[in-house]
Amino acid sequence: MTLAVVLVLAAGTYGIRFAGPQLRNRITVPKRVQMLLSMAATALLLALVAVNAFVPGGKFGGWALIAGVAVGGVAAWRKVPFVLVVVLAAGTTAVLRLFGVM
Amino acid sequence: MVRSIWRTLDPSVVRNVSPIALTAFVTGASFGAIAVAAHIPVWLVCAMSLLVFAGGSQFMVVGIVAAGGSPIAAVVAGLLLNARHLPFGLAIGDVLGEKLATRIIGSHILIDESVAFAMAQGDRKRAKAAFWTCGAALFLTWNTGTLLGALIGQVIGDPNRFGMDAAFPAAMLALILPALKDRVTLRVALLGAAIAVATTPFLPAGIPVVLAALGVVAALPTREKAVAA
Repeated sequence: MTLAVVLVLAAGTYGIRFAGPQLRNRITVPKRVQMLLSMAATALLLALVAVNAFVPGGKFGGWALIAGVAVGGVAAWRKVPFVLVVVLAAGTTAVLRLFGVM
Repeated sequence: MVRSIWRTLDPSVVRNVSPIALTAFVTGASFGAIAVAAHIPVWLVCAMSLLVFAGGSQFMVVGIVAAGGSPIAAVVAGLLLNARHLPFGLAIGDVLGEKLATRIIGSHILIDESVAFAMAQGDRKRAKAAFWTCGAALFLTWNTGTLLGALIGQVIGDPNRFGMDAAFPAAMLALILPALKDRVTLRVALLGAAIAVATTPFLPAGIPVVLAALGVVAALPTREKAVAA
């Protein structure tokens, strides 16, 4: 692991991050496209949720993880305060793992 | 600009950002510990968190290099994992402001969490405040966490023992839940998530999440119906 690896990864990541807002600023996006973009971004976020809950690192992540995210999801749906949603999710997974659920 | 952000800053945003910032601190500490255990010098570990500021790709690159993989393969894998930030920037790029200077700084804190927080707000002004608050707070805690983890190392142990891996998806789910009340958005997001999970075993990490954007095809029939009507 060298400084070059860090610098190339940093520059590439920054370039990816900078390109979006820059493009967005250059062109006028029609309302309809704007709506589709926002839907696509929500789809990406839900995909992040699903991948991190079911197959983090490319493999099945275990029942304790799925249960924790599910408890957090139900809590959020029942309008439980956000802080508690995060604590409940982490807590459920931690307790299940403590009892040997994988 | 900073002043106008503070004026529009909802106390609930600060309250909601706190647990995510704390999660980033703990995860950052575990990253620091793992990276040092992989014989990467402390200064380089900290430089990585400061300059890359994308947790998933940092863990991945350190993991690949530590396992003896080629540095080029590691960087390519890390960049693929970060590709999703391009569509994120396209979708919410306007909250970074019109000035080039704010876009230059804002781009660095364009992360999953700040995007989700911005999108969860009702209007543009609050979205702006949420984006900057979340991005800045996580930048601070991710980097202080990394430094602490790199210094005290193995004491922390596996953060997943504390269910930290469940905190991130649960928080993101809570943030997008209001947007999913819209039926078309829900169809798009469910299709996108299904595509991502189904393709994960076959594609390099990061690509499946980007493919979730294909879920927008689920929004197209309504336009046809609207045209037909």
